[in-house]
Amino acid sequence: MTDTPSPTASVASASVPAARGIAVRRWLRALLPALSLVLVVTAIGVLNPRAISYFGFSLMLGLAIPIALATIAQLFVITVNDLDLSIGTFVGFVGCVTATLLRDNPLVGIAVLVAAIGVYAGLGALIHLRNLPSIVVTLGMSFVWQGLAILMLPTPGGKAPDWLLTLMGLKPPFVPFPIIAAIVIAVVVHFGLMRTSYGTILRGAGGNAAAIERAGWSLLRTKVTMFTLAGVFGVLSGMALIGTTTSGDANIGNGYTLLSIAGVILGGGEFVGGRVSPIGAVLGALTLTLAATQLLGFMHIPPDWQVGANGIILIIVLAARALLSRRGDAV
Amino acid sequence: MTRLGRLLEKPWIWSFAGALLVWLAAIAFTRGYGAGGMVTAALSLAVFTVIVGIGQMFVITLGPGNVDLSLPASIGLASAVAMKVMGGNDAMVVVGLLAALGSGFLVGSFNYFLIRALRIPPIIATLSASFIIQSVDISYGRGLQIKPPPGFADFTNLQVLGIPVLAILTVLFALGAAVLLQRTIYGRQVLAIGQNIRAAGLAGVPVGRVRYLTYALCGTLGGLTGALLAGYFRGANVDIGNEYLLTSIAVVVIGGTSVAGGKANVPGIWGAALFLVLLLTMLNTFGVSAGVRLLLTGLIIVGVITAAGGPKSAR
Repeated sequence: MTDTPSPTASVASASVPAARGIAVRRWLRALLPALSLVLVVTAIGVLNPRAISYFGFSLMLGLAIPIALATIAQLFVITVNDLDLSIGTFVGFVGCVTATLLRDNPLVGIAVLVAAIGVYAGLGALIHLRNLPSIVVTLGMSFVWQGLAILMLPTPGGKAPDWLLTLMGLKPPFVPFPIIAAIVIAVVVHFGLMRTSYGTILRGAGGNAAAIERAGWSLLRTKVTMFTLAGVFGVLSGMALIGTTTSGDANIGNGYTLLSIAGVILGGGEFVGGRVSPIGAVLGALTLTLAATQLLGFMHIPPDWQVGANGIILIIVLAARALLSRRGDAV
Repeated sequence: MTRLGRLLEKPWIWSFAGALLVWLAAIAFTRGYGAGGMVTAALSLAVFTVIVGIGQMFVITLGPGNVDLSLPASIGLASAVAMKVMGGNDAMVVVGLLAALGSGFLVGSFNYFLIRALRIPPIIATLSASFIIQSVDISYGRGLQIKPPPGFADFTNLQVLGIPVLAILTVLFALGAAVLLQRTIYGRQVLAIGQNIRAAGLAGVPVGRVRYLTYALCGTLGGLTGALLAGYFRGANVDIGNEYLLTSIAVVVIGGTSVAGGKANVPGIWGAALFLVLLLTMLNTFGVSAGVRLLLTGLIIVGVITAAGGPKSAR
């Protein structure tokens, strides 16, 4: 999706067939996220044909929207070569705010959520200015968010605001709401990050920070922008999650940290170097949602193995990617 | 004066100072009551953090991006393996310990296999591995109610004059790790790879083998911790290692090891482990709720990392 194949540019001296081979490999690599999704949907269709329907997809993809949003949040952080290990508990915290403050006292709720995004922006600045390892800072923050969530909602409960329930319960004609939402998320982020000039600078900050800095751009600003965006999408994810599950729980988002990282990687994102793919990441999130919960259920795989199956899917996709880029093409 | 100055320059001194500070805060709150007991309890709990921390330290020293996120899963699996093999029988303790070490070693080997075969960053490799190990552990350890052999459980809780025997052994172990790091060819090679992997490779360091040994070492130490934890807490548990994801990385960083690699510090791990354990003890003494405890732990860790992180030029 991301890197448009340009065989002429990269292999000027190589022979034409070799160049074509590399081009094919690149295309296959770019299509890998879509292929994985098609594979999972096909498997579900074979195992349970009734699931392939408007109603079936609405049900199966119910949790896909918050997962996709959390994955996008993680994608922004990964783009600048960092990792957010706190996004799961952050989503849980936002969920608790949404199910309590945002319903009872909207203005205060909004203020708290904006402040939370501000904290994310501050983390970006802190990590850049003090040159801190993002893993440790965000691991520490994961405790902070979880602590706040427990203070806010010691026992599961609360209720989503009515407008949010209405929004998440939309039933548009022909195409289920989660699919429309996924397309909107993917297109908006793709345009912003891959097609605008500042999006290119943001990705460049992950690819070659020194070059971006020498060209006169502020690395502090790119880092803060990316962490702020991560905060914004984390908030959206938490709200979407509560809109779907209707009530809150301090531990509701804990699994999202690992799911979001897996989604970005599954979607063709590289771990370093600013090479990411928003469309791929959304596809990756959909694949994980379907594979982790639905497909395993249809295949009668015991719940013990659900986490393991995520790991195996991740490894298979990474292995396929490694195979496709074995020759010539840089990983 | 100069000796004091030189002492203050040591990167590990701050973690010990922090540990002392939280301990003083805790006993000031209790008016001196239970001061000794607190140290004993802190030493017993710090042991586990030190062992995994040393494993994590070797991995992190390999350079940027190197970190083992599979430790919690590996610890959980090893605790179940140890309890199953020991089967509550004192005669099987050594076999069970070896089995736990073996389980950890295999996890470490699997991690490195993924890193090499898929050519992926260690964070993703160890993360994927931890998903799988977690599932193996859940299905292997389901309904596991085996108590540790009485002799083993007593040994992990044994104290001499208020000092846990395990803590004494772990101090010796840390000394051994320091020698391994600073005085052996292997240790110097780990440091060399962390400083510049290309230069190390060109200078003839067998990069692949050293990295493999390091991941295997870290996994094995995770296995050891799993077995000891199961003995200390009298039973295996899937979640027994969960807290060591944060703490193993945090003690390495707080203890003065460079996250950029190539510079490691063993004594700092002890200081940082005592600091974290005493911090929890202090918050418990204050009687704060679970939410506040999590919140403060997180804030203090972020704060300490920020203070210890150092200026940009440190790289």
